[in-house]
Amino acid sequence: MNKVVQEIYDNATEFVRTFGAFQLFFMRLLQHSPALLFGRPSVVIRQVYNAGAMSLVIVMVCGLFVGAVLALQAYSNMSRFNAEDWTGVAAAFALVKELGPVMTAILFAGRAGTSLTSEIGLMKATDQLSAMEMMAVNPLRRVLVPRFLGGVISMPLLAGIFSAVGMFGAHIVGVELFQVDVGSFWQQIQLTVEIADVREGIIKSIVFGFAASLIAVWEGYNAIPTAEGVGRATTRTVVITAITILVFDFMITAALI
Amino acid sequence: MRQTRSVEIGTGLFVLLGMSSLFFLTTQTTGGDDFKADSVYTVEARFENIGSLRERAPVTMSGVTIGRVTDVAFDPAALEAVVKFVIDAKYDQIPDDSDASILTSGILGSQYIGLQAGGSDLYLEDGSEILFTQSAIVLENLIGKFLVNAGSDEE
Repeated sequence: MNKVVQEIYDNATEFVRTFGAFQLFFMRLLQHSPALLFGRPSVVIRQVYNAGAMSLVIVMVCGLFVGAVLALQAYSNMSRFNAEDWTGVAAAFALVKELGPVMTAILFAGRAGTSLTSEIGLMKATDQLSAMEMMAVNPLRRVLVPRFLGGVISMPLLAGIFSAVGMFGAHIVGVELFQVDVGSFWQQIQLTVEIADVREGIIKSIVFGFAASLIAVWEGYNAIPTAEGVGRATTRTVVITAITILVFDFMITAALI
Repeated sequence: MRQTRSVEIGTGLFVLLGMSSLFFLTTQTTGGDDFKADSVYTVEARFENIGSLRERAPVTMSGVTIGRVTDVAFDPAALEAVVKFVIDAKYDQIPDDSDASILTSGILGSQYIGLQAGGSDLYLEDGSEILFTQSAIVLENLIGKFLVNAGSDEE
């Protein structure tokens, strides 16, 4: 009996400790960020390329099809009320406020987050991080912060691209396929969607960018330095990021409504 | 060096694309604020019932947006709704006996104020009040009246 209580206590303490360490890790990343961003921007640009530009294809293709399927669903429902003109509005709201940031963040975790985790994890497994420390180079500054910043900068841009391409997909389905009048399609969107809606999407994508990059970098840095450990850390990145983003999404939406 | 260059070009393209997407989203899908005026004058109107008229609703004349609702309030003394709206100063020749009615665009659309020109020689100016108003048509009242009429026919 005593053993069970002891185990539960240990697990709880360990959970709180991990959570605290995570916060401190975040603070240390933030602390080093400005100096690196302004001192050595080329290192950050390289990571923006890796995290952002390399994710363009998957984000654009997914955005196109998500926008198209939203318009498809909206059209088939709206046409029951003879409100086909609202097809674009339904797609625009869903894209700009919810699916744009959320889908992009999950795709980002799958495309860029996993590669960050496995890259850092492998560096750790092959003692590259220890080697840096031996040479008096701070691996946090040289390896983690640029990758973190690259993700933070890329996410809002990727989410914007996702939504814009999605609107294009909705336009193809709504206007070209179902012959909704192009004027009323866009006019309804412009009359109904407000700047606050776009702002909500941008706020979400910034928060998700921080969350996804932070989790990816953290998991890589704390991976068990074996082949199995790196693999497990990569899986955890995707799982934890997806959960975090969906929970955050709910909270931000509730706070902004 | 070559590789750095291609990385820089790729990053530049990505950032430009992202920025232009955000620009597209903020300018092309929003707004609808098709009312922009350098100078405006404020006019007031009292309604018995404004339905679901909100701030920023358009004020139109002959279907053209000439102003925007700026304030909706309830006057506890007169027990009426007081709607303040601004009209673009270039439309300064609207007769002061024009009447304002609250209309609905489409069946389920949003509500707006429609002005109907009167015949007076005096024009609306800053602070003037429109005397002739017509309240919003509330669907429930309409159905209620219809039911009462239908009932009286049978008797």
